[in-house]
Amino acid sequence: MSKPSTLRRILTTDLPVLVIVLFAMGPFAWMVLTSLTPTDTLNATGVSVSPAGWSLDNYVRLLRQTSFLGNMLDSLVIACGTVVLGLAVAVTAAYAFSRFRFAGRRLLMLQFLLINMFPIVLLILPLFVLMRKAGILDTHFGLILANATVAIPFAVWMLTSYVGAIPKSLDEAAMIDGCSRLAALRRVVLPLTMPGIISTGIYIFITAWNEYLYALTLGGKNVRPVTVAIQTLIGEYQIEWGLLAAGAVVGAMPATILFLLVQRRLIGGLTQGAVKG
Amino acid sequence: MTATTAPSPTDIAIPTPWSVRLMPYMLLAPAVLVTLFIVFFPMVQAVVTSLYDLILWKPNASRFVGFGNYARLFADPVFWTALGNTAIWIGLTVPLQMGLGLVTALLLNRDFPWRGLARALIIIPWALPSVVIALMWRWIYDPNTGVLNDILVYLSVVQSAVPWLADPDLALYAIIATLTWQGFPFFAVMILAGLQGIPRSHYEAASIDGASAFRQFVHITLPGIAPVLATAGLLRVIWVANSMDVIFVMTGGGPGYATHTLPLYAFVRARQNLDFGYGTTIAVTFTILLGAIVAVYLARTMREVER
Repeated sequence: MSKPSTLRRILTTDLPVLVIVLFAMGPFAWMVLTSLTPTDTLNATGVSVSPAGWSLDNYVRLLRQTSFLGNMLDSLVIACGTVVLGLAVAVTAAYAFSRFRFAGRRLLMLQFLLINMFPIVLLILPLFVLMRKAGILDTHFGLILANATVAIPFAVWMLTSYVGAIPKSLDEAAMIDGCSRLAALRRVVLPLTMPGIISTGIYIFITAWNEYLYALTLGGKNVRPVTVAIQTLIGEYQIEWGLLAAGAVVGAMPATILFLLVQRRLIGGLTQGAVKG
Repeated sequence: MTATTAPSPTDIAIPTPWSVRLMPYMLLAPAVLVTLFIVFFPMVQAVVTSLYDLILWKPNASRFVGFGNYARLFADPVFWTALGNTAIWIGLTVPLQMGLGLVTALLLNRDFPWRGLARALIIIPWALPSVVIALMWRWIYDPNTGVLNDILVYLSVVQSAVPWLADPDLALYAIIATLTWQGFPFFAVMILAGLQGIPRSHYEAASIDGASAFRQFVHITLPGIAPVLATAGLLRVIWVANSMDVIFVMTGGGPGYATHTLPLYAFVRARQNLDFGYGTTIAVTFTILLGAIVAVYLARTMREVER
């Protein structure tokens, strides 16, 4: 590459990409800066851009004065529970969809796709009434069930495409060698699908961790996930932006890191369906 | 007639045991049962509730009103405001997300040294919890201390600070900007995958034939990514229509009813007044309206599964 064309590339590609990256990163970066600025400075002169004015004061207050760690634990329990429940029922369902042709297959697949499209607001109100009757309002179990309304259909579809990508001849060979169907599923298909199962599980974890409306409506007192807790940091008389920003940064961290770690594989799975269209 | 009494030889040769025929249903049972219980049962409950006058804190006053709630809904001016807002909300957000996503994808499809890094960083808005996004942008839009006003005043774009979320004429558009920011990475990633599926030889052939970059874009790139655009677009319409958490945290529907969309109206109604009968009626009506778009998406996707 000669020099003029490098310059041209910088002007037509690198610079525009940089603008978009700054646009995408900017708001969150601003939030991080806010969280690093002590409240006094924030009220007096605004967000401090230079490292000289930074301190971890907001984070210390977040951990000392609020129940944020407990809220993180609530979120962790709910997100892990949703992953376990979602994957447990979805793995066998996905195997059935990709390996068998049976009456009602189309209809059942359609219903899982349909559930994903339901407005959350349509489910949230009756779920509130039902869970109140069942006495599981404001419990981890209740929120796990609520999050499963999103997680199960998603996991079934993702895993169906992952299992479908594994040649049928492999489990047929295992069955000729004397494995039963279920043994073939466990010994041949499961290990091969493991990368897909892991990325599906991680995506479920992220969505359950980030979920807000169910947590607000069906939880809130005993069980208060971070998404709800962040909002309660707002303060009674005036908005404590520094503390709030610290909560937002800490609360967003687990899901964001997981997302960055698995983005390549995840996006592969997510786009497969769309690209084939 | 005799055939029914005497089984044909092939039936004897390959009997399908019940255990095998039932196998797929057994495997599906857990997923189906759980979803029946946590999705379909509540949904039926919702439709039933919408026919009742039910205020949650006085359950004894609950009574059957038939389609009374629906009649009330169509006479409710807030419903029509919310419906209009929902149309603006979807009509602006999805094309903006798609446009910005398309530009991003086209740029990321070129060769430059830090492409992988740029791709990872651009995805960040997608990974953040919506409540964090909403609070973050409230802070940016803040009329007194928000950074957006600071920048705009510094650049002399505006004379004095603009109350972005408190102005009924601006609030909806301010939130649409936020949602565009949140959703464009999804489109960028989807479209990028589509772009990478277009064979390079098509472009080479076109440039040998003397086609300009613009003509290559119109005749090769666009047709190549059209299916992705359609699928991702439909998915996003449904998703954007349903999403109300960002609005709820940013303005709660205000000022007045300026940022009420239909799902938000249903939620606010049920949450604040505990008027579950009417709230559910709004939710059911919204679901039926959305159903048309969902049907198109389902038809497309199921056609894929057939193949």
